[in-house]
Amino acid sequence: MIDRPEDATTTPSTGHEWDGIRELDTPLPRWWLWVFYATIVFAAGYCVVYPAIPLLNSATRGTSGWTSRGQLATDMAAAEATRAKVTAALATTPIEQVDPKSPLMAAAIEGGRAAFRVHCVQCHGSGAAGSVGYPNLNDDDWLWGGNLATIHRTILHGVRQPGDAETRASLMPAFGRDGILNPAQISDVVSYIRLISQQDGPSAAASRGQVLFAENCSACHGAEGKGSREFGAPNLTDKIWLYGGDRDALTATVTTARAGVMPAWGQRLDAATINMLAAYVHSLGGGEQ
Amino acid sequence: MAHPERPGGRRAGLYARRPDIFPRKIDGRFRRLKWAIMVITLAIYYVTPWLRWNRGPYAPDQAVLVDLAHRRFYFFSIEIWPHEFYYVAGLLVMAGVGLFLVTSTVGRAWCGYACPQTVWTDLFLHIERFVDGDRNAQIRLRKAPFGPGKIARRAVKHGAWLLVGMITGGAWIFYFADAPALARSLFDGTSPRIAYATIGVLTFTTYVLGGLMREQVCIYMCPWPRIQGAMLDERSLTVTYKDWRGEPRSHGVKRAEAGTEKVGDCIDCMACVQVCPTGIDIRNGPQLACITCALCIDACDQIMAKIGRPRGLIDYATLEDCKQEAAGAPPVPIRRTLLRGRTFLYFGLWGAVGLAMTFALGARTRLDLQVAHDRNPLWVRLSDGSLRNAYTVKLRNMEARPRDVSLSIEGLPGGVMWDSMSGEAGAGRTLRLTIAPDQVEQHRLYVRAPGEGGAKEPFVFVVRALDDEPASDREETRFDRPEAGQ
Ligand code: SF4
Ligand code: SF4
Repeated sequence: MIDRPEDATTTPSTGHEWDGIRELDTPLPRWWLWVFYATIVFAAGYCVVYPAIPLLNSATRGTSGWTSRGQLATDMAAAEATRAKVTAALATTPIEQVDPKSPLMAAAIEGGRAAFRVHCVQCHGSGAAGSVGYPNLNDDDWLWGGNLATIHRTILHGVRQPGDAETRASLMPAFGRDGILNPAQISDVVSYIRLISQQDGPSAAASRGQVLFAENCSACHGAEGKGSREFGAPNLTDKIWLYGGDRDALTATVTTARAGVMPAWGQRLDAATINMLAAYVHSLGGGEQ
Repeated sequence: MAHPERPGGRRAGLYARRPDIFPRKIDGRFRRLKWAIMVITLAIYYVTPWLRWNRGPYAPDQAVLVDLAHRRFYFFSIEIWPHEFYYVAGLLVMAGVGLFLVTSTVGRAWCGYACPQTVWTDLFLHIERFVDGDRNAQIRLRKAPFGPGKIARRAVKHGAWLLVGMITGGAWIFYFADAPALARSLFDGTSPRIAYATIGVLTFTTYVLGGLMREQVCIYMCPWPRIQGAMLDERSLTVTYKDWRGEPRSHGVKRAEAGTEKVGDCIDCMACVQVCPTGIDIRNGPQLACITCALCIDACDQIMAKIGRPRGLIDYATLEDCKQEAAGAPPVPIRRTLLRGRTFLYFGLWGAVGLAMTFALGARTRLDLQVAHDRNPLWVRLSDGSLRNAYTVKLRNMEARPRDVSLSIEGLPGGVMWDSMSGEAGAGRTLRLTIAPDQVEQHRLYVRAPGEGGAKEPFVFVVRALDDEPASDREETRFDRPEAGQ
């Protein structure tokens, strides 16, 4: 065998050698060099046409006028345009008249999901599960009603919002603070509520509380304590408590009353978005017909 | 920078012009093998998209189809979904190990015969010869001044190359859409723009790589020769010039015949160099630029026949055998060099991956279920004190026909489920559904269960086909309840 490693390629070596391996000095092909020059020319052209060279507070503008913000605006406008038909339909059709199995409803729910993330999660939580004082929107218990139309109205006009004539409004008296009931009476009422919500058994206190309840509470919460959506008065016999169902929480509620608020979103959002939010909230599992 | 050593005294520049290569036409056993392989590989490439395969009314009838829009890959009776991409990964592993296997048995045979770069370059060389004539005519034409004749020939040649490039690109797109329909729309100009763009790009790359770049792709761009450098050992087949037989070279047949001095078999006719498509001299020893196309063997065999010497002065041989032969042992039959540990190891690996994939393909179920438990919120308390969890269930019907299935829950006493779209009125422990052919259907399911029970109670979703072909899949998930104190 011929043992002439660098001869096999007839290329001279650079003279560098590591463990008997010699580095060849292969020249670049000429076209490769031209490609390299071409990339330089391209880069120069690019710097002229596009914003490229950073200055102190800005950068060169480029002759094409392209900017990343402009690109974003174009893309957003394009996205808006593709959505335009859906948005227009949702802005004019009452949400309860949209076929629940239609693609329009599916689009409304998805749009609502996005809008909810922006406007609602601060109080209701990212899973719409609420927390103390902020209703869970996934369950089957509704203060003001759980069909599409009532949900829509609640979102549109808000709860206890000044400046909106149709806002959801009702006021629970602060029975303790305002001296309507004394602490012993309040304790009796709480015992009665614990009885009808099947948390405690019958007792003398509960019997006394039943009388007080009929006089003071049944106007809004109903004779049986099942609540009234007309007044946003919660059902006191179920297992869902907005402010807690233990004695302490109930005592605090009866003593000082509760009055949650929610913005009237009609003052801030467009009709389509409010329809979408209603559709989304309705889709969370507790929506009624 | 000063270079300390320059053997041969040649100063290499920083860049150099590509030397012109005009490979001479040659015939012989390896050339004929190359023809055969070229015909077979090109036929596979061009014909495959036109093969039909009946899959029923709900699936395309193209035997091999990469359906990007619907994310399916059809290969005869096999249909691969995106989530089964590991089959493709397995094929790639097999291709990789297969290359090792080929290398350990027959060296760079891939490079010499089957690589698309080699096949298309070969095709382009034949076109060039057809238009310009063989090597000498090509050299004359190259030196000739530009005139009408030369310009015409050049135009014909490059035109033919571009045409081949276009047909190459054209065939490629048929793998991605229904070939007959696409072909029709191509000609009446209604194909999607991407089809024309792809043809354009592939026309350009085929023309540049096969017509203009040729051996430079192998020498400068392709990683495979570098990997080969590490793969080859002294027992790999390479194309080798048997210098102990050929040296010292005699210049011209006459002197060899005169027999006055001791000369080798090589008469320095340069035939091996002239036929080489990468323009190298194999007599310098094995080298990266040699793609082992074996055309120099054919060339040299012709010369040996003419001067009445045995064939195989240049031949496939392993370095180890060369040493033995040089020491006087008889040539080793190629068959023997194939049987060695490495070969068996690679073949075993290759076969194992293949078998595993065949087995997995045979055993895979075409109905499947995936369950994702809603994490936010984990559970919802309902007015009556019971709890509700939500699940996103994906049902996959991978058959090309609609299927009636039942979806049930197993475990979770007292639990019922309903589809979010149909409402709680239809709640039960089993739902009946029809899944469209070749589709994934996503259902959001609500499951309600009593408020008392384990905080993370396991239960199972089961899907069963209701038609006569049994198929089922199950996935365990859990029903979440509030932890104590919540
Ligand atoms: S070196 Fe690379 S491109 Fe050239 S023939 Fe071999 S595999 Fe193909
Ligand atoms: S040296 Fe021989 S085998 Fe290698 S590329 Fe050239 S002709 Fe082909």
